[in-house]
Amino acid sequence: MDEVVITLGGVVKPGTARKNKTGSWKVFKPVVDHEKCILCMRCVNYCPEPCISVVDEKIEMDYDYCKGCGICGDVCPVDAIEMVYETKG
Amino acid sequence: MIMRKVVEGSIAVAHAVRTIKPDVIAAYPITPQTHIVEKISEYIANGELNAEYVRADSEFSAISILVGASATGARTFTSTSSQGLALMHEVLFNAAGMRLPIVISVANRALSAPLNIWNDQQDSISQRDSGWIQFYAEDIQEAHDLLAIAYRVSEDIEVRLPSMVCMDGFILTHAYEPVELFEESEIRDFLPDYNPEVYLTTENPLTFGALATPEYYTEFRYVQTRAMERAEKKIAESLKEFNEHFQRGETDLLPVHGPEDGDVLVVSSGSLVSTVKEVAEKLGNDGFGVKVGKMLCFRPFPADAMRKIADGVDKVIVFEKDVSPGSEGAIFSEVKGALYHSENRPEAYGFAVGLGGRDVPERVLEKLIMECIRGERKEGFHFGDVRPVREAIL
Amino acid sequence: MNPPDFFGPGHRACAGCGCVITLRHVLQALDGKCFVVNSTGCMEVVSTPYPESSWDVPYIHSLFENAGAVASGIESALKALGRKDEGKVVVIAGDGATADIGVQTLSGMLFRGHDVLYICYDNEAYMNTGVQMSGLTPLGAHTTTSPAGKVIPGNSLDKKDMPSFALAHKARYVATSSIAYLGDIKKKVRKAGGIVGPSYIQIHSPCVPGWGYDSSKTVEVARLAVETGLYPIFEYENGELISVRKIKKRKPVEEYLRMQARFRHLFKDERGKEIIEKIQEIADMNAKKFGLDA
Repeated sequence: MDEVVITLGGVVKPGTARKNKTGSWKVFKPVVDHEKCILCMRCVNYCPEPCISVVDEKIEMDYDYCKGCGICGDVCPVDAIEMVYETKG
Repeated sequence: MIMRKVVEGSIAVAHAVRTIKPDVIAAYPITPQTHIVEKISEYIANGELNAEYVRADSEFSAISILVGASATGARTFTSTSSQGLALMHEVLFNAAGMRLPIVISVANRALSAPLNIWNDQQDSISQRDSGWIQFYAEDIQEAHDLLAIAYRVSEDIEVRLPSMVCMDGFILTHAYEPVELFEESEIRDFLPDYNPEVYLTTENPLTFGALATPEYYTEFRYVQTRAMERAEKKIAESLKEFNEHFQRGETDLLPVHGPEDGDVLVVSSGSLVSTVKEVAEKLGNDGFGVKVGKMLCFRPFPADAMRKIADGVDKVIVFEKDVSPGSEGAIFSEVKGALYHSENRPEAYGFAVGLGGRDVPERVLEKLIMECIRGERKEGFHFGDVRPVREAIL
Repeated sequence: MNPPDFFGPGHRACAGCGCVITLRHVLQALDGKCFVVNSTGCMEVVSTPYPESSWDVPYIHSLFENAGAVASGIESALKALGRKDEGKVVVIAGDGATADIGVQTLSGMLFRGHDVLYICYDNEAYMNTGVQMSGLTPLGAHTTTSPAGKVIPGNSLDKKDMPSFALAHKARYVATSSIAYLGDIKKKVRKAGGIVGPSYIQIHSPCVPGWGYDSSKTVEVARLAVETGLYPIFEYENGELISVRKIKKRKPVEEYLRMQARFRHLFKDERGKEIIEKIQEIADMNAKKFGLDA
C-alpha cells in the first residue's frame, strides 16, 4: 500500500487546495466579449473561487477552477459575459 | 539549596506553575481546584508571575483559550475539577488531536448527579480516551513535581500530547505537607523553553485543524497512539532524570512497593496508594506478602510494567475511585486486560472505594484484602465500602 | 490591478457561494495580515480537507462553538510572546456558530475586551449540515427543521439581534454589511482592523442551495435584502450609531422573498400572506429604527 504522510497535528501548508481543479463541476462556462468589456473589475471582485483576473489588460477566466456559477455574467454592467453550455471534449 | 516548606497542596501546585512560567494561563473557579487559580491570580496581581492571565467564562472556554494560545506557540496552563473537566470533554479530544502540549492540573472530584464536591477520580478516569497523558499524584510533593515532568514529556517533539496531572481533591489540594519547592533556576535546567517547530504565525501561514476524511482519519488516530507509546518511554526517562536532578521522586513508570516475592499485588492510584502501602506493611508484619503497584500514569497505560510486577503473584487486587455502571472500574478492566497476555494469570479482584469523598480507612482496605486472601470474595468487581441499600421510589 | 487574494481557488464551496465572497474581501481588507479562527461550518469544511488548504493566512479550526475563546487565546499568546504586531486576530464564523452554539465564547471574548475582529458570515441557517434553522434564520423561512408544513408555515421566529448583543458587551465597533456592497465590507473591516479591542461585523452572505435561487443571482438577492429594509446596513463605534446605508426607494419585501425557494410557500395561501405582512412590518421597523429611508 502507498505510504501516507501524516503531519504533526494535521498541520497543512497554505494554498495547497490549488491542486483541486474544481473546473470540472461546471455545466455552463462564462465567455468574455473583450470588445464589450470595460474592465470594471466587478467579475474579478465577485468571483467566489476566485478565478478571474486581468492579464494583459484583458479579463481572463481560469476554467481549471471556474464552477460556472454565472455571478460574473450577472454582475457585468455591459453584458460582456455570456454563459455557454460546456461541451466536454 | 532546597526550599522545604509546609504548604497547602494547591499552593505547592501554584508555586510549581510559577516556576515553570507558562505564557498563557486561563482560569475558571471550581471546588476543590479554586485555591490553585486563586494563588496564581495573586502571583499575577503582585507581578510575581509574568503571564497573560485570562479569566474565562467557563472551563470549556478556558481550555479553548489554551488551544488557541498553544497553537500560537505559547506554553499554557489551567486547572479544573469534576464538572469543569467534563465540560472540557470535547476540547480535550481536540487539543490532543492537534497535538498541543497543554498541561492542566486536575483536582479530582466526583461527578454529578447527585451533586458532590468531594473526592473521587471519576472525572479524569472518564477522560481516558481523550488522548491526554494522565498522571496521578500520591502526595503533594508529587503533584508539585509531576507538573515539571508533564511539561517536559508533553513538549517533547517525540510526544506532543497534552497532559493532566491529577491530585485528589481536598485530600491533597487542601492538605498541608512539607514540600520541597522548585527554585526557578533548577526548573530551567530540567525543563527547556518551549519552542515549537510549527505554530500560527503570519511569517509562515499554516493551516491548523484540517478535517480528515475516512481516507486519512485512521492514520491520524494511529500516529496519536504511537505518540502515546513513545510517551511511555519518555515518562520513564523523565522520572529518572528528575530523580537525578532533584534527588527525589519515583524512578519507575509503575513503581512497586513492598516484598518483591509477595504473592498478592494491590494496585491503586493517587493518595489512596499511601493508605494501601500502610495496610500492606501491616499485613507484611502479620506474615502476608502484599506488594503495592502505584498507578502513576493511567495514560499511557503501562501494560508491560503491569505484567512484570504481577509476574508470579496469585492475586491482584485493584482499589479505585471510579466505576463504569454496567461494567466495572476502569483501572480494574485495564489491569485485567494487561494480565490476559501474561502466562500466569492471577485471580483478580476489583473494588470501587472512596466514591464522592467517602473516607477510606486502613481497616476497610485491610478487611477487603484479607477477604480476597482467604477466598471469601468472588473474583471480579465489587463496591468495597457500600452499605446495605433498599431502593425506593420516594 | 488584480487584487491580492488570501483564499485560493480549489475550495469545495458550492458554485455561487456568497460566503466565499465575504471571506475574500475580509482577508483582502486586512492585506492578509491576520490570524483566522474558523468555527466548524461551511467555510471550514470546504477549505481544509487534509492535506489541502485554501488559506494563505495562518488559520486554525478547533470546534464549532469555541472560536471566540480560541481567538482570545491566540491574542493572549501574541501579547505574551511579544508578537502583537504580526496581525489582527479574526474569527470567521457562521450564523449558527455565532448566534447559537458559540454565543458564550463570543460573549466572553467581547466582555474581556480581546483585540479580536469577529466576522459572522450570515447565511441564515445551518447550511453545512443541510439547511437547518438557526438563531439567524428569518421569519417564515423554510428550513429542514422548520419546514413549511400543512400546519406550520416555516420558521415562526425571527432573527436574533446579534449586533445589539455585541453592543451590550461594549464592543468597540459593531457593524453589518452585505456582499452586495464590497466597498462597504472593505471599509468596515479595515476600520475594525485598526481599532484595538473587540469588534463584531455581521455580513449577509447568500446561500444558493439553502435559499433556493439560481447561482448567478447571489449578488442580486443580497442587494434586495438591503433594498427592502430586511437587512439594514449600519455601523456603531463605541456604542454610537455612526452610519446607516440609506435606501432611495424601499422595495416591498415580496420582491426579495419571491426570488427564493425558502419563502415560496408564503405565496400560496392566505396564511402565507399574513406572514409576508409580518415580514413587511419587520422591514418597516428596521427602516424606522435606523432611518433607512433616504
